Amino acid sequence: MENLKRRKKVSISQIIIHLIFILACIFCILPILLVLSISLTDESVIYQNGYHLIPEAFSLDAYKYILSGSSPVLNSYLVTAIVTIVGTVVHLYLTSMLSYGLSRKEVKYSRALSFYVFFCLLFSGGMLPWYILLTKYLHLKDTIFVLIAPYLVSSVNVLIMKNFFKGIPNSIVEAARIDGSSEYNTFFKIVMPISKPVFATIGLFVAVFYWNDWMTCSLFINNTKLYSLQFLLQSIMDNIAYLQGNPMLEKIGTKLPDETARMATCILAILPIAVAYPFIQKNFEKGLTVGAVKE
Amino acid sequence: MVNLAKRNVQKEKKTSSNHGFIKEISKNRAFYIMMLPGLLFIFVMYYLPMFGVVIAFKDYNPSQGIIKSKWVGLKNFEFFFKSQSAATVTFNTLFYNVIFIVVGLGLAVLVAVMLNEIRNKFFASMYKSILLFPYLISWVVAGYLLFSLLSVDRGVINRLIQHFGHEPIQWYMEPSYWRYIIPVSYMWKNVGYLSVVFFAAITGISSDYYEAAEMDGASGFQKTVKITIPLIMPIVITMFLLQAGKIFYAGLGDWGLFYNLPRDSGILYSTTDVIDTYIFRSLKQLNDPGMTAAIGLYQSLVGFVLVVFTNWLVKKYDPDSALY
Repeated sequence: MENLKRRKKVSISQIIIHLIFILACIFCILPILLVLSISLTDESVIYQNGYHLIPEAFSLDAYKYILSGSSPVLNSYLVTAIVTIVGTVVHLYLTSMLSYGLSRKEVKYSRALSFYVFFCLLFSGGMLPWYILLTKYLHLKDTIFVLIAPYLVSSVNVLIMKNFFKGIPNSIVEAARIDGSSEYNTFFKIVMPISKPVFATIGLFVAVFYWNDWMTCSLFINNTKLYSLQFLLQSIMDNIAYLQGNPMLEKIGTKLPDETARMATCILAILPIAVAYPFIQKNFEKGLTVGAVKE
Repeated sequence: MVNLAKRNVQKEKKTSSNHGFIKEISKNRAFYIMMLPGLLFIFVMYYLPMFGVVIAFKDYNPSQGIIKSKWVGLKNFEFFFKSQSAATVTFNTLFYNVIFIVVGLGLAVLVAVMLNEIRNKFFASMYKSILLFPYLISWVVAGYLLFSLLSVDRGVINRLIQHFGHEPIQWYMEPSYWRYIIPVSYMWKNVGYLSVVFFAAITGISSDYYEAAEMDGASGFQKTVKITIPLIMPIVITMFLLQAGKIFYAGLGDWGLFYNLPRDSGILYSTTDVIDTYIFRSLKQLNDPGMTAAIGLYQSLVGFVLVVFTNWLVKKYDPDSALY
């Protein structure tokens, strides 16, 4: 009897918890579904009836228009994809080698160098000197490099990786050394493969950062051919800016998808993350705790 | 012969004391070469701009360069602090970040604890996946999502309001609404991420603690308060420190929501403008580099003090959880 009562009580609290989570999930996902629905609705219906969660008149015109190549979206997609891939690979390469060196006990200056890296987290020169450095001295304005170069090493990631490498048993490295393996070989052939979780997590964080970055493009890029996807999205919030970025300016009179095309661009910007999500999520979660270890 | 050996030893000693640096470098050559690109990068991207803070004390003229521009003392700071914006952006920056940190971490701990209570593993992992997803979405896209809800003529919320016979609300015209919209949006994006971090910490707690507590007759609530929360506290504190450090962290903190959600609308500045958006706008216009640099330096200094202070505070109560 007692047991039965307890089970019933427990199941009620379970139901409440499930309800809370279902509401929270709706809260998280509903706005995305709404935008998806708008992107799949016929443009003229939007003008009459506004946004709806379920398309009132289904239409793929917005996607057809974007994929036909007459909008700047495809070009921005390419720019962003290049920036994300190159940026992530080089970031992982530079950051992991720096972190590995800092993690080795036999490196006498590792403590001082760690502080040299860590200090950047405490103090920075601010955005203006950084802006002047990139434009006036490194001459990166209006080049694709400016979207990649500023973020190739980050102090936080160096410290996270360093902590991870410190957890690798020294005996493994020693054994490789005795077998005549060079330090590079040890790093690339032995340390890297066993450090997959940290590479995966930091790689994901960096890739998402590059993919979602709009600020750099907004500051340094005037050439519309080099617009990143996020910045394009930001600049097409206003109708007019969109048309300026669009060579088909004379087509204003005809009914081009506009509102729906913008929402479709949004969906396309989320798409790669959504497609990769089920695969990356497991690693992402596993690595999140790695990200929370302290200096 | 002996003499020669002696001399060699002496020579060796001398080199090791005088050239310890060179010896160390050559001994661990491989490691230093590995580190070199990263160290150089940090020097160029992080340390060189630090020298640029002198611009804050100059009347910077791009054609003259940094060195030749005239010194003006604290005039740039004076100009900023006498403006109405200084108080507004400082207040907003602190106001929102305190809410983000306190409410965000609190909610995340709550969600993590509740996730742990769910028996059905399938549902638990499904909820987790959905809650984490907004974390990967950019603030630009989030701006669109918000607009589809709040747009005056087409937004879903206004249509609902009209459906019930009320006047539509001009969300993008009235600053006071944004005191709620911004924190809610922040929670939408970040609570899932934080709770997944905390949940991972909870699953790492040994079940021995709970079994022992059960034997002593502890209730579920007691177990949560007495075991789960104290044991995940270190990681909560670490997240707290990391977030506190970001409040005034020039440029690279998470300030996109202040710019993208209100669509950089001037009418809303009184409740949406923060230091980062202010600097960003003046950087884009580039009409007064000296003042922009001064605000940047102000931000960096406050950030520095804030991090050192919070870390000191944490160190006082829980030395193991401090960042350094």
